[in-house]
Amino acid sequence: MKAAVIVFPGSNCDRDAAVALEAATGAPPAMVWHGDAELPKTDVIVVPGGFSYGDYLRSGAMAAHSPVMREVVARAKAGTPVLGICNGFQVLTETGLLPGVLMRNRSLRFICKDVHLKVERDDTLYTNGYAAGSVIRIPVAHKDGNYFTDDETLARLEGEGRIAFRYCSAEGTVDDAANPNGSRNNIAGLYNESGTVLGMMPHPERLADPALGGTDGAPIFSSIVERLQ
Amino acid sequence: MKARITITLKQGVLDPQGKAIEGALHALGFGGVDDVRQGKYIEVALSESDPEAAKAEVERMCEALLANTVIENYSYELEAA
Amino acid sequence: MSGGAPAKKSEGGLSPALIAEHGLSQDEYARILETLGREPTLTELGIVSVMWSEHCSYKSSRIWLKTLPTEGPQVIEGPGENAGVVDLGDGQAAVFKMESHNHPSYIEPYQGAATGVGGIMRDVFTMGARPVANMNALRFGSPEHAKTRHLVSGVVSGIGDYGNCMGVPTIGGETNFDSRYDGNILVNAMCVGLVDANRIFKSAARGVGLPVVYVGSKTGRDGIHGATMASAEFDDASEEKRPTVQVGDPFTEKLLLEACLELMAEDAIVGIQDMGAAGLTSSSVEMADKGGVGIELNLDHVPCREEAMTAYEMMLSESQERMLMVLKPGAEPIAEKIFKKWELDFAVIGITTDTGRFIIKHDGEVEADLPLSALADGAPIYERPHAPKPKLATVTADDVPAPNSLLGALQEMMGGPHLCSRRWIWEQYDHMVMADTVARPGGDAGVVRVHGTSKGLAVSCDVTPRYCAGDAFEGAKQAVAECWRNLTAAGADPLAITDCMNFGSPERPEIMGEFVDAVKGMGEACTALSFPVVSGNVSLYNETNGTAIPPTPAVGGVGLIPDIAHMGQMAIAEGQALVVLGETKGALGMSLYQEHATGAFTGAPPPVDLECEKRAGDLVRDLIRKGTVSAVHDVSDGGLLVAVAEMALAGKTGVTLQAETPLAPHAFWFGEDQGRYVVAVEASRLRELLLQAASSGVPALAIGTSGGDALQLEGEPPLPLGGLRSTYEEWLPDYMSAGRG
Repeated sequence: MKAAVIVFPGSNCDRDAAVALEAATGAPPAMVWHGDAELPKTDVIVVPGGFSYGDYLRSGAMAAHSPVMREVVARAKAGTPVLGICNGFQVLTETGLLPGVLMRNRSLRFICKDVHLKVERDDTLYTNGYAAGSVIRIPVAHKDGNYFTDDETLARLEGEGRIAFRYCSAEGTVDDAANPNGSRNNIAGLYNESGTVLGMMPHPERLADPALGGTDGAPIFSSIVERLQ
Repeated sequence: MKARITITLKQGVLDPQGKAIEGALHALGFGGVDDVRQGKYIEVALSESDPEAAKAEVERMCEALLANTVIENYSYELEAA
Repeated sequence: MSGGAPAKKSEGGLSPALIAEHGLSQDEYARILETLGREPTLTELGIVSVMWSEHCSYKSSRIWLKTLPTEGPQVIEGPGENAGVVDLGDGQAAVFKMESHNHPSYIEPYQGAATGVGGIMRDVFTMGARPVANMNALRFGSPEHAKTRHLVSGVVSGIGDYGNCMGVPTIGGETNFDSRYDGNILVNAMCVGLVDANRIFKSAARGVGLPVVYVGSKTGRDGIHGATMASAEFDDASEEKRPTVQVGDPFTEKLLLEACLELMAEDAIVGIQDMGAAGLTSSSVEMADKGGVGIELNLDHVPCREEAMTAYEMMLSESQERMLMVLKPGAEPIAEKIFKKWELDFAVIGITTDTGRFIIKHDGEVEADLPLSALADGAPIYERPHAPKPKLATVTADDVPAPNSLLGALQEMMGGPHLCSRRWIWEQYDHMVMADTVARPGGDAGVVRVHGTSKGLAVSCDVTPRYCAGDAFEGAKQAVAECWRNLTAAGADPLAITDCMNFGSPERPEIMGEFVDAVKGMGEACTALSFPVVSGNVSLYNETNGTAIPPTPAVGGVGLIPDIAHMGQMAIAEGQALVVLGETKGALGMSLYQEHATGAFTGAPPPVDLECEKRAGDLVRDLIRKGTVSAVHDVSDGGLLVAVAEMALAGKTGVTLQAETPLAPHAFWFGEDQGRYVVAVEASRLRELLLQAASSGVPALAIGTSGGDALQLEGEPPLPLGGLRSTYEEWLPDYMSAGRG
């Protein structure tokens, strides 16, 4: 299968995503520059982490309007899987592919640490390698990860089973103490209506290699391969 | 023309930066501060000289990029160059 | 002396006040007059003043720095370039340097620290290396001082925002609080990069008639005279110097990094130099001087952000994120294409010449025409008077009262500013981006994997200012030794260091004496440990209203771990025997326990026996690689009990301690004797370990076993790990949040 990683000026987890994708798919992904209106034929698109356009104005806002993102949105609407990680999640919300917005962390500080996530579903393209309800450990590294959406949208997301991951304790308790950034309902990641687009603040590519201290992030990538191959 | 655009968080959206500023003002002894909301201010120099056309253009800019209308409101003033 | 006639005469001459404002002494000005054979123009005065500033010329320190060992089989490039380079084998090399950004960070902590990080990363990627790890060494004033909280908050977020945006992990560092830094904080930033050993770029502009190219951000009026500010003492009016602090733009620097590395893959560059302190002036002078050529710049082509900038302002601007390059003939189009792709300014602003002169033109006028020899090597060199400091008396166990409870004292010390967890700081740094961080902050050294290999680069920053305050010679030795020890505890072969020499005014003999002692101590340790100095920076005049900081020769070391499958780490498992390697004599002078018990740091700091240091370190490295030991931690601040407690917290297991020692218990457990490590070993291999230590000539003493959920010492109630962890983790977050309303 073929994967593509979108590279914006200021992306900085593009290489990390490429390493994890190559480990899962056996082939290096295409690296697609933001100015390219052409997007190669691909089975999955990853919008990586970083500080696209310096996070100036709002995180993800300017990248969302780059030429390549018009094509990414069109492909996503046609069913191509799109995974947005950290800044990539912010970009996806700014394009409207995912609802809501990632606001400044409630501590106002950048936070880099391992967090625990509860996997809500195991029947999706991205999570079929996990067991529903299981607790995984993956790092976050962001200043704007505080998920916000209005009550009505939140109720709809919950009702439609569109929450992918929630911040929780090591034991799996979803509460305020386990919420690193103030996200509503401890949301760490969510799907679009069809489940083909996933946006998540934590970085699965950073714990997908035993040398780095854990592999809980690897099943995200292997799940995609499992489902698409 | 010059557009002076103010972007603020919608009422009801949590504003941790505003809260931090409020706390700092209280700590400095400004007891009369009830609430602080912070936002962004953007100046855009426009080549457009027709006020109606400039207005339409600024609104398009705000909707498309400058504000995220999920959480933000915008307002603006136009000033002849 | 002859020389090109400058078209512009300064009107009415340069007043003594103006000359003094440029930080030049009367003697130095006389030297300029003599060299030029005429009065300088204002632009020339500005150029000479920055080139002759302490920051650029090292005029007070140079003769001493020359005495440091800088060579070894591992050294590819020693001091003199933008950064030092050491060999990692397999055709790869590590490029690294540490630099101070002290004064700007005190005036505007966020921007000062951010631009410090930006500057040190530019030094590294200027040489062709991709930065792979950042570190920092921070010294703040007393926690009680009114400005400290604000400075900590601003410096940490400034460092974080810049490094995080660049996508370079910040993998550790050190932070001290001491009232002697109340008026002069220290922000020392270190960067390590990775490069192919045959693709290292240097600054020399060799060749005549070559295009001089400006790339990066536009030039504004930022930081004009930052370099002379960094070489002047503070007074209360300095707080008003805010406009001279530069503003950092990490996004542009990220683009500059990628653009430079992309161009470096082509065969286009002759020389490259970043525009740091003293911007366009020092970069162009250094390139021309090293290349043995002259240089002529036409400032009409310099991309400017502000209108009506004068030649003086352009030459002295410290706008960030700019580079100067000398290209091969005909390479302009490929270079321009790459920089345009990254949306950066690109302009040919000059040419190299064979005249040996530094010529600046602007608006059709010659603004400066100076002999290059006067700017670089022509700077004055001072052998300043230096007064030796009398040695302090050794403190004995009887001089320091014993605590009612050793574990009680431990808990109080670990819940205080000197020993508490620095998590609040390093969690604001992205320490995992690039997905190669194999030892995160909080341990002895940070370690990043060499991308695509199983090798690791270990990095550590160290100095113990209170030791240096007591004895700069022993203190500097200790800084080098502790750095070497931290790298060793990670399982690395220590390769080389960069130094950041932070001192007060060299014009005071007692301060100059500290500097000289520190250089001597550093040199002795570097020689004994085969751990040469490959780059560095000197920051003098760190004093306010006549009060100087303690001498702070910060050391940043890099080591190589041949295989990260055999790394040292400090978390102990249950059921291990604990052994201290190295001799414990109970040195309490300048120790944290001494201050805890008496309220003051006094007496001689612990001496470093470099032969013992080397023996113990070589043994520990061998034990790690053979897998004999399961955990390792060096013994430093707070002594043995603190080292064991840190290992227990990291491993989430209790320990039961007992030791046979003739020393007073408080001297044994809290003494800060050097050259020691605590190791954990399976009980079944304890005998093997002790035998190997004995045959290596390293004292070894079993001090307890791990297990349970408390620290236990005979005759004392147990100290639950949970309670210790709370006090250890909570001090800094509680302190920082106490300032909020």
